Amino acid sequence: MNNEMSTKIHKFVQNGMYILLDVNSGAVHVIDKMIYDIMDIFNGKNDNEVINNLKSQYAENDLKEALDELHILMDKNQLFAPDIDVPPTFKAKGLVKSLCLMTAHDCNMRCKYCFGDTGEYGGERQLMNNKVGRAAVDYIIEHSGPRKHCEIDFFGGEPLINMPLVKDVTEYVRKREKETGKEFKLTLTTNGLALNDDNIKWLNDNNISLVLSTDGRRETHDNMRPDCGGQPTYDKVMKNFKKCVDSRNGENYYMRGTYTAENLDFTKDVEAMADAGFDILSMEPVVLKDSPYGLTEEMLPEIFAEYDRLTDFYLKRHREGKGFFFFHFNMDLSNGPCVAKRLAGCGAGHEYYAVAANGDLYPCHQFVGRNKYKLGNVFDDLDEGAEDITRYFRESHVMNKERCKTCWAKYFCSGGCHANADLFHDDIRKPYEVGCEIQKKRLECAIAVQAVLSMEKIGKKDYKPASVNC
Amino acid sequence: MKHIQTVNEPTLQATKTSGGCGECQASCQSACKTSCTVGNQVCESKK
Repeated sequence: MNNEMSTKIHKFVQNGMYILLDVNSGAVHVIDKMIYDIMDIFNGKNDNEVINNLKSQYAENDLKEALDELHILMDKNQLFAPDIDVPPTFKAKGLVKSLCLMTAHDCNMRCKYCFGDTGEYGGERQLMNNKVGRAAVDYIIEHSGPRKHCEIDFFGGEPLINMPLVKDVTEYVRKREKETGKEFKLTLTTNGLALNDDNIKWLNDNNISLVLSTDGRRETHDNMRPDCGGQPTYDKVMKNFKKCVDSRNGENYYMRGTYTAENLDFTKDVEAMADAGFDILSMEPVVLKDSPYGLTEEMLPEIFAEYDRLTDFYLKRHREGKGFFFFHFNMDLSNGPCVAKRLAGCGAGHEYYAVAANGDLYPCHQFVGRNKYKLGNVFDDLDEGAEDITRYFRESHVMNKERCKTCWAKYFCSGGCHANADLFHDDIRKPYEVGCEIQKKRLECAIAVQAVLSMEKIGKKDYKPASVNC
Repeated sequence: MKHIQTVNEPTLQATKTSGGCGECQASCQSACKTSCTVGNQVCESKK
């Protein structure tokens, strides 16, 4: 197939299925081996070439039948769909609708892989005060224009060690909601060590979504997430998480882990979370440079095999009636985000800022402390010249990144994490390669999961998985 | 079809001229915090 058409599709084998993704429409087709082979050659108008090349392997009538089906897909814009350009719905300037508040540049744990230097973010340990917190709320209201839905994540360090600030900002948000008609979604990311009956009740009463950090198995967690004195924390945090999640009827939370070079068998950690009674889960690859815990290119085959195991485990639990949500597999292939959203990506630097404890603004929480990315502060707005930075972030979408332009995954990952690109290449337009490879494998698994669930839902009884070892 | 089973009703092409309301959640505000995953976000207007 010529290069122009090959960038419009992606075909792969996952969980015994041959899958064809049409990049520009998002159509996902489960195909047979013959179509899989045809797509090595077919470019939409070379039927005879396909037949001549494959007639020694397949009956000519079967090839013609398969090609007819492919042409039907083309007529429906579900194969070789036209390229997508920057749409008019993607405005030149973003509106800031999400803030990550660094409520505490301090933490009661000393996680070995912490990107925030265990809370310091390259500076001093400090807590955000109420004046900064309230100014951040005003900032987002002033800069979110007509958008009704806004978000604030209480982050750190560990936000529970600054509960007075969390409570004051929440109270102020609710007051400002009434005055402005905005609706805020509030999230708090916690390591769980300081959860207690009082703050659990308060978090529930105030409808704060929780992101609960733990790494799965006891040995994984205790290895990476000791307290300030180097003592294990697993028993304490899991007891607190259980109490907390039970008290909110198992809803409105995500349990989130990080895997490192030391637990590439992370399916067992996801299993440990599920077996501990939690069913809204995420497991993220660590991103570290020059660290013994960091992931390297050499580890990719092992990581890919582990995602295969995770996919099998996910489907097995689902079929047993003990299914769980896994953040990266929860993909709605029919009602996903619009093109504008897929270009905007995470919004870092143009729709999403982080607010440091002193009120300084950064493109996102991971940029806090990277001085050249300081944008301004919540009291004085952007610094002189910072608009150039925010514009650069806005325009650093997949159509302006060389490596992304021809990548099949671009409308799912939106070009990857800017902070990771900056960490590895000092350039947000040069994606972090190991992250890309992991992302692509994870997407293949996610698409396969959705395809399997879809086939099972419609009772495709004659669906026969291909006998391939994937 | 005999050789192909399409498992979704894709809408990507249709949103070349629609959407962009920006009411959806910032992806990093949910669970990841260390990676950018947009494909699994939910469109607020289709909830």
